[in-house]
Amino acid sequence: MDSHSYRTPLGRARGLGSAHTGVGRFIGERATSVALAPLSLWAVYAGLKIAPGGYDGAVAFLQSPLNAVLAVLLIAVSVSHMDMGMRVIIEDYIHKPLSKIVLLLLSTGVSWTFGALGIVSVLKVALTSAGTH
Amino acid sequence: MLHSKKGETLSQVRADAKSPRAKPLSPHLQVWRWHVTMAASIATRATGVALYVGVLIVAVGAATLAAGPDAYSVYIGLLGSPLGLLVLFGLTVSIFYHLAAGLRHLVFDSGKGFLPATANATAWAAFAFAAVASVLVFGGYFLFSGH
Repeated sequence: MDSHSYRTPLGRARGLGSAHTGVGRFIGERATSVALAPLSLWAVYAGLKIAPGGYDGAVAFLQSPLNAVLAVLLIAVSVSHMDMGMRVIIEDYIHKPLSKIVLLLLSTGVSWTFGALGIVSVLKVALTSAGTH
Repeated sequence: MLHSKKGETLSQVRADAKSPRAKPLSPHLQVWRWHVTMAASIATRATGVALYVGVLIVAVGAATLAAGPDAYSVYIGLLGSPLGLLVLFGLTVSIFYHLAAGLRHLVFDSGKGFLPATANATAWAAFAFAAVASVLVFGGYFLFSGH
């Protein structure tokens, strides 16, 4: 950096062209991290509970309202977090504009498509009364 | 903010900061000598990517559960195969490592934990936590489920 520059730090920052959305992104990454700390531990617990129980055990697990709510939250917050995380990785390493845009759209699309699939599936299992599947 | 008895380490940090190459670098494999904080940084990203795939696997699992017993038993059969169990163990390591690394980074965000000795220790701690917790969860499951 040129220490003899006459540009102020603000002027230099303006020259880079702020996108004006960095703070929201920063907070979103941290907020989802904080939420996922307990949710990820619950995910391990849920996996251990579901694994030995077969189909009926898994259905019964998700028909508990608390488990269904936590499963939906886990998927939704994870999808948001992984979308933001993969965006950072792509932006760090892929610099060709077209490749970058295609990969960003693909990653966000995959994240939310599978997120919707997961949430709708959990809700279907949770809200379908036992015996009618 | 940086108080320490390890003056030479700190002055080294300050000297680095004043050098012409003071810009922080992303940990590119090609340009960084191995050290534990660099490995911790790379592992955070690698486990994040692994967990990205893990969420897709979980979503597919929920879909097979919603589709019925036949689809679900195929899914469980795949996850219970040797390759499936390897993937599950990798995801377990990833979830515990990424959790520890995430908490470490939340502390970094508050401006603390950047002294080299502290950053090294917390990096090792994150790796150790992931290894121990994963072995406990997997070992405990197979001990108590009778598989």
